[in-house]
Amino acid sequence: MLQFPGSCDERDALHACSLAGGEARLVWHEERDLSGIDAVVVPGGFSYGDYLRAGAIARFSPAMEAVAEHAAAGKPVLGICNGFQVLCEAGLLPGALLRNEGMRFVCRQLELVESPLGTSSPPERGECAERLSIPAKHGEGRYWAPEETLDALERSGQVAYRYAPGQNPNGSARDIAGVRNEAGNVVGLMPHPEHAVDPLTGSTDGLRVFQRLAGVLA
Amino acid sequence: MSAGVAKHRELGLTDAEFALICEKLGREPNDVELAMFSLLWSEHCAYKHSRKLLRRLPTEGERVLMGPGENAGAVDVGGGFAVAFKVESHNHPSAVEPFEGAATGVGGILRDVFAIGARPIAILDSLRFGELDSARSRHLLDGAVRGIGHYGNSIGVPTVGGEVYFEEPYEHNCLVNAMCIGLARTSEMVRAAAAGVGNAVVLMGASTGRDGIGGASVLASAELGEGDEAKRPTVQIGDPFEESKLLECCLELLGKGLLVSLQDLGAAGLTSSAGEMASAGGVGIDLDVARVPLREADMEPFEIMVSESQERMLAVVEPDRVEEVRAICEKWQTGSAEIGVVTGSGQIRVLKDDAVVGEMPVEALVDGCPLYDLAPAAPEGWIYGNRAMLDVGASPEDELLALLAAPSIASKRWVFEQYDAIVGSRTVRRPESADAAVLQLPEAENAIAVSIDGNGRRVACDPYAGTVEAVLECAQNLACVGAEPLGLTNCLNFGNPEKPTTAWQLDRAVSGLADACEALAVPVVGGNVSLYNEGPDGPIYPTPVVAMVGELPDPRQVAGIGFGAEGDAIALLGPFAPALAGSELAKQRGELAMGLPQPDVAAVAAACAKVREAVRAGLVSSAHDVSDGGLACAVAESAIAAGRGCRVDLQPLRDRGCSPEEALFGEGGGGFLLSGDLATLESLGAVPLGEVGGTTIELAAGDRSLVVGLATAAGAWRSLAELLA
Repeated sequence: MLQFPGSCDERDALHACSLAGGEARLVWHEERDLSGIDAVVVPGGFSYGDYLRAGAIARFSPAMEAVAEHAAAGKPVLGICNGFQVLCEAGLLPGALLRNEGMRFVCRQLELVESPLGTSSPPERGECAERLSIPAKHGEGRYWAPEETLDALERSGQVAYRYAPGQNPNGSARDIAGVRNEAGNVVGLMPHPEHAVDPLTGSTDGLRVFQRLAGVLA
Repeated sequence: MSAGVAKHRELGLTDAEFALICEKLGREPNDVELAMFSLLWSEHCAYKHSRKLLRRLPTEGERVLMGPGENAGAVDVGGGFAVAFKVESHNHPSAVEPFEGAATGVGGILRDVFAIGARPIAILDSLRFGELDSARSRHLLDGAVRGIGHYGNSIGVPTVGGEVYFEEPYEHNCLVNAMCIGLARTSEMVRAAAAGVGNAVVLMGASTGRDGIGGASVLASAELGEGDEAKRPTVQIGDPFEESKLLECCLELLGKGLLVSLQDLGAAGLTSSAGEMASAGGVGIDLDVARVPLREADMEPFEIMVSESQERMLAVVEPDRVEEVRAICEKWQTGSAEIGVVTGSGQIRVLKDDAVVGEMPVEALVDGCPLYDLAPAAPEGWIYGNRAMLDVGASPEDELLALLAAPSIASKRWVFEQYDAIVGSRTVRRPESADAAVLQLPEAENAIAVSIDGNGRRVACDPYAGTVEAVLECAQNLACVGAEPLGLTNCLNFGNPEKPTTAWQLDRAVSGLADACEALAVPVVGGNVSLYNEGPDGPIYPTPVVAMVGELPDPRQVAGIGFGAEGDAIALLGPFAPALAGSELAKQRGELAMGLPQPDVAAVAAACAKVREAVRAGLVSSAHDVSDGGLACAVAESAIAAGRGCRVDLQPLRDRGCSPEEALFGEGGGGFLLSGDLATLESLGAVPLGEVGGTTIELAAGDRSLVVGLATAAGAWRSLAELLA
């Protein structure tokens, strides 16, 4: 679990990892050594204050260099919210996250449609797939990529999560809430699965995102 | 001499106060000293018009760990943990520049809480603006909400609740009160008193600039008027990233036991934090302004001493731990500089390199300001305006829909969706799902609930009864989620206390606060006073904002607002005696006047205990206190939250002597609207009113009976977003 100055959700995500059966620890942004680490989570928050542009500074951190190597070796990386923004800025995931369409921060429980790796996303936007109830909270979460990239992402099954019909909170292109890289080992999403792991504070649908990362779920 | 006289008046000191300063110093103050005195002797820092009144408040309690006078109050929540909390106003800065004003209000209250070693776990806010048909009010609302969200969201502390009212008297002078709640290990809490002659004084965090010179203290100590644009440079600029680093840094330093004491820099900057730390510890402090890291090299010593640059903390550190402290600051990329030393002189000495540029006895600077008695006089009648918004012949259906759509009652979803309510994984009840915010504390194996309230309109009608009601409403809100009050904090927002009417409002409100807290046995652990809230059209409604923190044993047993299952019984519990005086309906009709019925505090306390135990035992499906808009609005809110209709007969209230209108829309404390099993509700002493079901809200009240579709009611209640689009 990377920790930048300005990270907010790293402790919540750490807790989620342990609930999912993983063993997780914080990695300070100045660390370069990820040896012995199976999977990396880049958590939500406002890394380095998100000055300039969300994630634009964090991508240059020493820890992110190590994450790039980790990803290149085919090991799993999950970016949540600001972490998704960082992974896009770092070129580990395609596309970019722009200011929300409404130009305001939005915090809302909503439903996601998941397309597990290996299932190419149905063009009719996953009507038949299972829905996950997970909260989103961000001001810069509007997924954007050139039309031909979006087409390619859909063809190759790289759209990992979509907002359920009518629930897109930010104007994301084609309701995309999360994407994966071509190899499938790097995944980023705007909503926060770490805030959906306890029935008392919301839902438990986010657990499966971490279980998948911990290798508990295929 | 004549130039000197002009200067002290310009800085807000009276001739008598200036003479007293000269007497205490044995000479005239120089410019540095005068600047420092003028700020610490301002209303904002010295509480010179309110301190005597505040002595009436009960501050003792078994669970109180820190009371008034510390950076924040703190109560014991068990398991070796303490909950710290405080509310503070940032009204005038927000009226001048709402985004930065509200953002720095949040930043300031967060620092107060982590200054005692508590990690901030939640923010609430209490906001007041003019009516939303005014472009200025919409601008202030938009800016303040974005500012609160910007700071709280960025620093990773959830905003879990709050309240917003829209009333004409806040048109010019909006209110932005922010509350922070923190959690600390009791053993790691730290006080603000400087101690240990020879210890180093270390300034941490952001560098010091010219921003906010005289900001909070000057802005908060005079009325707003023409030319406020020119005050904009006195509003501070916040940087949540800087504060996030400073917060983590301070908590690490405190966790490692490296600090003797810690204090945040708020209003009046270094002057007040050094002065207050020295005063609390009975010591002196020497500060060298040449060692303060600056944003602009050419700042004058007085500017450095009074700057209100944000995100700074002052710590007292043993000399041989300074290097360790600075290393941890470096890790968090936050600034640190050893700028002074604790002395036994009892003086605040300001040095610039080797030259002494100011020297004052701590006692004179911090505690020497004269305290004033108020000259209260009750007004002859209603001193605020009345504007009819509702036709006299409106049907009861139209009245209900108008009330549900009234911005003060309507859903605040537009507001709270702009706040991160969930970071930290503690938020058991999100905004509008229950009457109080509920936060789980896995470390202490229990949970806390928080409510913040204060209906200024009702306080204007009767400052004593209105303030009692505000305390009772907090207690009722806590009861609805099964929580027992542990402590209370408050922010007293009033007009100019030198005016007899305002003085009367303040005097009566403080008495109401004291009596209600006494009767409920809830200690006041801290507070804040914001006076001179006036615009060209007169004072604001007197607005004591009351915030109460309670404890509940099991966060799984928390009732929500929404009615339970189809067929559940609906019942009313408590000594509810509704009247139209001061109600939202009276406002809409333009019929506001002085006077409110006097609440029966003991009876309300007994009802709270009953509801609390019922909720804890899981005996009710829903619990909602009857508040703004009366029983009709409470019923509609519970129905909308559940997505279920209901049939309710208000005859039991008619039997108590209420007119149909009073039964529907009358307001007053003491009412709980419950749903659940009929026999269980009856065994609690609740009076059955009807049952849950259908797709309409039916309210039988004689010749004012009404039926409104659930969807229509929900549409009215959710109309705020359209109004603001």
